[in-house]
Amino acid sequence: MKFVDEYRDPIAARKLLESIRRSASQRWTLMEVCGGQTHGLLRHGIEIELEGTIELIHGPGCPVCVTPLESIDFAHELAMLHTLSDHDVVLTSFGDMLRIPGSRGSLLDAQAQGAQVRTVYSPLDAVQLAKKNPNKEIVFFAVGFETTAPATALAVKQAAEEGLDNFRLLVAHVRVQPAMEMLLQSPHNRVQAFLAAGHVCTVMGYASYESLVEKYQLPIVVTGFEPLDLLKGILACVRQLEAGQARVENAYARSVHYEGNLQAQEIVREVYEVGDRLWRGFGMIPNGGLQLRRQWRQFDAQQHYALFGSLPIIESRQCRSADVLAGRIKPLDCAAFGNECTPDAPLGAPMVSSEGACAAYFRYRNPQVNPIDG
Amino acid sequence: MCLGIPGQVVKFTDASKPYAQAEVEFDGVRRVCSMACVPDAVVGDYVIVHAGIAITRVDPEEANRVFDELAAINEDAGWKDGQL
Amino acid sequence: MDDRDINAGWPLNCPAPVSADSDRVLLAHGEGGRMMRRFIRDRIIRPLGNPRLLSMDDAASLSRIDGDLVMTTDSFVVSPLFFPGGDIGSLCVYGTVNDLAVSGAKPLYLTLSLILEEGLPLVVLDRILRSIADAATQTDVHVVAGDTKVVPHGAADGIFINTTGIGERIEPAPPGPTNLFEGDELIVTGPIGRHGIAVLCAREDLAMEPKPISDCGSLAIAAQALHKGLGNRLRAMRDATRGGVAAVLHEWAEASQRTLAINESDIPVSGDIRGVCELLGLDPLHIANEGTMLIAVERGAGDSAQRILHSLPESKHAARIGSVMSKQSSAVTVTRMFGRQQPLDEPQGAPLPRIC
Repeated sequence: MKFVDEYRDPIAARKLLESIRRSASQRWTLMEVCGGQTHGLLRHGIEIELEGTIELIHGPGCPVCVTPLESIDFAHELAMLHTLSDHDVVLTSFGDMLRIPGSRGSLLDAQAQGAQVRTVYSPLDAVQLAKKNPNKEIVFFAVGFETTAPATALAVKQAAEEGLDNFRLLVAHVRVQPAMEMLLQSPHNRVQAFLAAGHVCTVMGYASYESLVEKYQLPIVVTGFEPLDLLKGILACVRQLEAGQARVENAYARSVHYEGNLQAQEIVREVYEVGDRLWRGFGMIPNGGLQLRRQWRQFDAQQHYALFGSLPIIESRQCRSADVLAGRIKPLDCAAFGNECTPDAPLGAPMVSSEGACAAYFRYRNPQVNPIDG
Repeated sequence: MCLGIPGQVVKFTDASKPYAQAEVEFDGVRRVCSMACVPDAVVGDYVIVHAGIAITRVDPEEANRVFDELAAINEDAGWKDGQL
Repeated sequence: MDDRDINAGWPLNCPAPVSADSDRVLLAHGEGGRMMRRFIRDRIIRPLGNPRLLSMDDAASLSRIDGDLVMTTDSFVVSPLFFPGGDIGSLCVYGTVNDLAVSGAKPLYLTLSLILEEGLPLVVLDRILRSIADAATQTDVHVVAGDTKVVPHGAADGIFINTTGIGERIEPAPPGPTNLFEGDELIVTGPIGRHGIAVLCAREDLAMEPKPISDCGSLAIAAQALHKGLGNRLRAMRDATRGGVAAVLHEWAEASQRTLAINESDIPVSGDIRGVCELLGLDPLHIANEGTMLIAVERGAGDSAQRILHSLPESKHAARIGSVMSKQSSAVTVTRMFGRQQPLDEPQGAPLPRIC
């Protein structure tokens, strides 16, 4: 696969690894912002290779993990609505959200109780579903960072263009930069450099990080997802740190431009506006999310379905996902990890989301396997 | 949320803006993807696709940059390919 | 409420046209009497082409055989009923035949139990029966007994099928996964993940082109060839169905109390399956197969095993993917780019397409 396989070349990866080891005079602490990067670092064994050289703190960049319980519970209720009312609602979602525990179980659990849930690959497929099924009410669970917002914005625009009145979004979009800033403001912050999320930057560019760099004086390196991309990003961070620099640098230039994808930004701006948003594990983050603009209100599932919201929201007390998401602890530091909390019976979202740090540790690090020399 | 996979634009199934669509090939399988966010993309280009939407064109020149950098590492260290 | 239009059940996916209601399965078809008898004779027995079934006796008498008997049973539910590369009919024959074959038996007889949903178009049933007959002919097994029930609309998903298979054990039978030893070699008989991806793409209407094709097919010839060629150097065989190759590796690791180690770069995956898996964030090791098995052979027998497999069209892409090691902290490991063994997780539930 072009632009994938060559970035998984083991010889090249070893060279970069060696270069990182030679360049680092001390054990720097980096945070990879995106859960996809966490997944790649663990899957390809980069995190273990760098143990002792670099500390990698796993960032909050799993949108599934930070989607608030309120939204999951709301989705749950929407999917069940056809059993209680005349609303023949079908909840459509990326597969990622289906196993995430809500107060009353996951969407898969709801399906077992008769909920109408359908997995789609693209929000545009949900629009097609609405078109083909005029008697059903199709709701798409719009989760994700800035990477995904163009797709859901486009879905709304297409639904409007087609004159569909049976398509709506349950919006839970989050913005990554306010979360990064929140982490930096914390008195407990240990992050010395960021690997910025490559595909978020593909859409948004990286101009807006300049103010962060200036204010907090730390390197931010835009980084991709394949092993060589990740290693290149880490190397760039280390070189800046060793030289006492703090710049925004782009280590994923085949995909990311300084100003980002202006067309995609325009589509997002047309449909959404920035708003405060509750993040699971973090609480309310000012400007932390996107919401539909007033003129698109008719597509807002939250406006359209005056749902009860009366049921209590129940978060597990044992789960320390808030600390994991904020990089305060590693998944292995949580007492419930691998005991009360496993991917089969997760207490929190990071154990079940494919981008979740706990799930990545469970899959790739538990139990830890010693290296085979040779 | 970041699963973005590079694929090659094979043909446009709907070239009308702003909702242009094209078949994009991923290692032997093709899927129709939205080209709304990559108005400059043409057949033969590689694009990164996320959730059915092309979010950028892959810049082939920049794509080789990491390998240039590796060559530089080789020179620094006096290494040759395959020595590790 | 009939929500099939949205759940992509049989009417949308079946290529056969649906006309009047009389062209459908009725409750009366299962309620005894002449209507039932005619239905079973014309729609079920006749396509199977086995004259012995026409007597519609209560039980089948089977001839005496020399070897030990091997018996297996399996129920088949699949949505959609028809998918590229197969359908529930071929699946219910190959699935049971393969269970016999990987157990070291020559498949001989099948029973066929159908649970039909009221309203199932008869053309759909006919097509499924033709598939069953073709697959039975191809694998040289005889359907010797059967049963048909009709349940009310909504109580089943079109058609459920149970098949029970009987085979004759060929000696020496492979000792099975409890008898894996350090150094044993692990081989898969073809590119993995094809069935699960074909069905997922069809069910969720993922619009991949060309449509990925299931590997749904018989393993009997490959199993017998291995058996004959390797004798007691063949340790174990298992068709890697639900949960994929990863699930079999975990079962074998537990049965043998050893660690099974594979190399990522040695795993055969076809381009289209890889493309779909990358796009949907799935791991081919976790995806179901229906005509591909994992085998373990004694250390040193891997080359012979591969030679045998490569001579058969259905296993010409067989590949050695790893070996059995002494027990480590991880039951199953995969070696990726840095040459380090990392744990390979067991699949959790059905694979879901993801974007993050």
